[in-house]
Amino acid sequence: MVRVIVDGTPVDVPAGFSALQACEAAGKEIPRFCYHERLSVAGNCRMCLVQVVRAPKPVASCGFPVSEGMEILTDTEVVRRARRAVMEFLLINHPLDCPICDQGGECDLQDQAYGYGSGISRYQEAKRAVTDKNLGPLVKTVMTRCIQCTRCVRFATEVAGTPELGMVSRGENAEITTYVEKALTSELSGNLIDICPVGALTAKPSAFHARSWEYKKTDSIDVMDAVGTNIQIQARGGEVMRIVPRVNDEVNEEWLSDKGRFSVDGLKRRRLDRPWVRVHGKLMQASWQEAFVSLARRLDGVSGYQIGAIAGDLCDAESLCALKDLMTSLGSPNLDCRQDNAWYDLNAREGYLFNSGILGIEEADALLLVGTHPRHEAPVLNARIRKRLLEAGRGGFPIAMIGHPLTDPTYPAELLGDGPEVLEKLLDGSHAFAEILKTAKRPMMIIGHGALTRPDASAIYDACKKLAVQTGAIAEGWNGLNVLHTAASRVGALDLGFLPGTRGRNASGMLRGGVDVLWLLGADEFPIDKIGADTFVVYQGHHGDAAAARADIILPGAAYTEKPGTYVNTEGRVQRSFRAVFPPGEAREDWRILRAFSEVIGKTLPYDTLDALRDRMAEVNPVFRQIGSVAQPSAQIEGQGASASSAPATSAAQEEGLAASAFRPVMQDYYQTNPISRASPTMADCSRVYGPVRAVAAE
Amino acid sequence: MGALTRTFRSFLLTELVGGMASTFKMMFQPKVTLNYPYEKGPLSPRFRGEHALRRYPNGEERCIACKLCEATCPAEAITIEAEERDDGSRRTTRYDIDMTKCIYCGLCEEACPVDAIVEGPNYEFATETREELLYDKDKLLENGDRWEALLARRLEYDAPYR
Repeated sequence: MVRVIVDGTPVDVPAGFSALQACEAAGKEIPRFCYHERLSVAGNCRMCLVQVVRAPKPVASCGFPVSEGMEILTDTEVVRRARRAVMEFLLINHPLDCPICDQGGECDLQDQAYGYGSGISRYQEAKRAVTDKNLGPLVKTVMTRCIQCTRCVRFATEVAGTPELGMVSRGENAEITTYVEKALTSELSGNLIDICPVGALTAKPSAFHARSWEYKKTDSIDVMDAVGTNIQIQARGGEVMRIVPRVNDEVNEEWLSDKGRFSVDGLKRRRLDRPWVRVHGKLMQASWQEAFVSLARRLDGVSGYQIGAIAGDLCDAESLCALKDLMTSLGSPNLDCRQDNAWYDLNAREGYLFNSGILGIEEADALLLVGTHPRHEAPVLNARIRKRLLEAGRGGFPIAMIGHPLTDPTYPAELLGDGPEVLEKLLDGSHAFAEILKTAKRPMMIIGHGALTRPDASAIYDACKKLAVQTGAIAEGWNGLNVLHTAASRVGALDLGFLPGTRGRNASGMLRGGVDVLWLLGADEFPIDKIGADTFVVYQGHHGDAAAARADIILPGAAYTEKPGTYVNTEGRVQRSFRAVFPPGEAREDWRILRAFSEVIGKTLPYDTLDALRDRMAEVNPVFRQIGSVAQPSAQIEGQGASASSAPATSAAQEEGLAASAFRPVMQDYYQTNPISRASPTMADCSRVYGPVRAVAAE
Repeated sequence: MGALTRTFRSFLLTELVGGMASTFKMMFQPKVTLNYPYEKGPLSPRFRGEHALRRYPNGEERCIACKLCEATCPAEAITIEAEERDDGSRRTTRYDIDMTKCIYCGLCEEACPVDAIVEGPNYEFATETREELLYDKDKLLENGDRWEALLARRLEYDAPYR
């Protein structure tokens, strides 16, 4: 620790801190544009000038390391005059078009110009103008507003790992560009908008739609992937206008994936806003009463074994718990949350979690990715892998992949092979990477759904587990055997035991005509034509996607922005979201629909309020009591947990031994993975620009 | 003054005579009343009457949808929705003023960076129904077109003091 004196107050900071960090530790606010705590230091805006006693002139505090006994003055006339001068320089070429700038109201330059700007301009000469760049369908540029802080360049290079932005020319001609016109390929490009201190980079889809002060802000959890990114939903009127990340250092730092940020316009389109009932082969609008009565009539006399339920990827734990209880009361053991027929080791909670935690990535010193492409499956988690790689002074971070990635993973990763046969080579030590894993103190393995959805998933998992034990990835105080989920609801559903019970059928068993009545809770991610022709389908969900078209009864539910919910992320972290807006039309919160229907069939669920339901969830699995933190491993899940894990037959049929076929990517198109993103015009644009290269005639 | 004087005055009707004298005198002085609506009083250039949205001389609407008037309006009478126009410029798709909510404080005019929303000299916009006082963008632009000559002049008068 080093003792520095900031404005007369002594403060102890670690050696290696910059003067700016020391001032912050002392509670002083230093204005800055180019400095960002999660990026490297550039020191080019000069706004953070402070006076250091015995230094000949003011110093840029962001790049000035502290030393013992250093005296920093942050509020002297010299400092104020220097900052005023810097501000005047910055404003020389800034267009001052705040009234038409989308950053207006949340702009660093605007705010700091209030503190340090002059009321009038002394600049009489012509201002410079810079051509706007086309950065693709998400980020809008007004380059004349740019103050060359290079935060975007550093973000793209360091965090996103797509070094596509750069600065060319110098002096007055300096400008940020992509060199050749191209769309940014990063899945984190939306964060450039947050990181830009001025209005040079703004959101293209919501350009000019609203002002920052008009939003009603609600804390929530992103459901586009299983990272559980903390988000803030900003709504105006009854409409979600935009989604921005919240800071949570343990999960997402302050980043958010593009799908989570820009899918919002999908929430307004293709919505199910009233119940529908199929009459004589045609879907007809109905009231809730009619829908419930006709469903109750259909269920009347059907044996519980002939009823099944499949849960989708975006469900909150509340509705999963209510549906599970409803199915149990109907006597049905046919429950499944694994639309993709994934296989998990259900003997303990560790079998399906990202055990080392997202924060654990920073502690790991070797990484093996098995059948996963985190860049698409969890972009924010991928940024954490990159952060670990770039961490200075921590030694190397060798990364290897099994399974060919669709795109560049954004870090150098050795491709060990396309299929699981490489695992055998790693196990018998004949592959060089086995040695790297062994010598590593905290080796880490991430198993993705490219591996877990295969028929030989259990063999792959067992091989990985054996390798993990061999290499010390599972050791005292460290569990580096991780499962990376892609569905936000999956871990919560597994925790609640939303799995086939005794003699129950799994998802694929239900689809092949195994049940008479199939209840789909927002489940769309499986081939709909696999549903048996005679199966009566109930679709409860928020979007009119493929499954809703096949349904015989549609019960309109609420999207994740429209209900308070509990989500468990891939680490097993239980997080709560709040309602930002109300569901459209007749649509209702999903657990309320299930509770109301249970009354119609005389099997009333024992909870009337959300709190009572949450108590019930905690009763099923105590992890639901531990909000916000990674829940400690629980004891046996009530009811079905035991039977699910001890009855492998209820899981997808597993092959013995490793198959030779190559891993297949989990998602072909990052931008179109769920009903919300498929309904979003912005995501459709992205898919067109970045999506899989389709066969096109040569020009 | 005693009771005697009071009695004396009341019997001689002096107050009445004084009042009548005043009335008689006023008959020969200039009138202060106006024959409204045929005659109207003078208005200050700062008079805050009916709102109007102005245009540039080339016909382009001035409003850029910055929403400062909406933000500043203490009565929350203004509602704006904005969107990118086809040519890429920032424009309103909706600009409503609820004239029944408006308190004619003139803050919208103060806030406007482009002199688009102004309170004009017109105060004769009484209507028979409440709904007619819910002004939309078309109505406000029409007001602007109708009153532009006067609006420009009053802004010019007031410019030196801003």
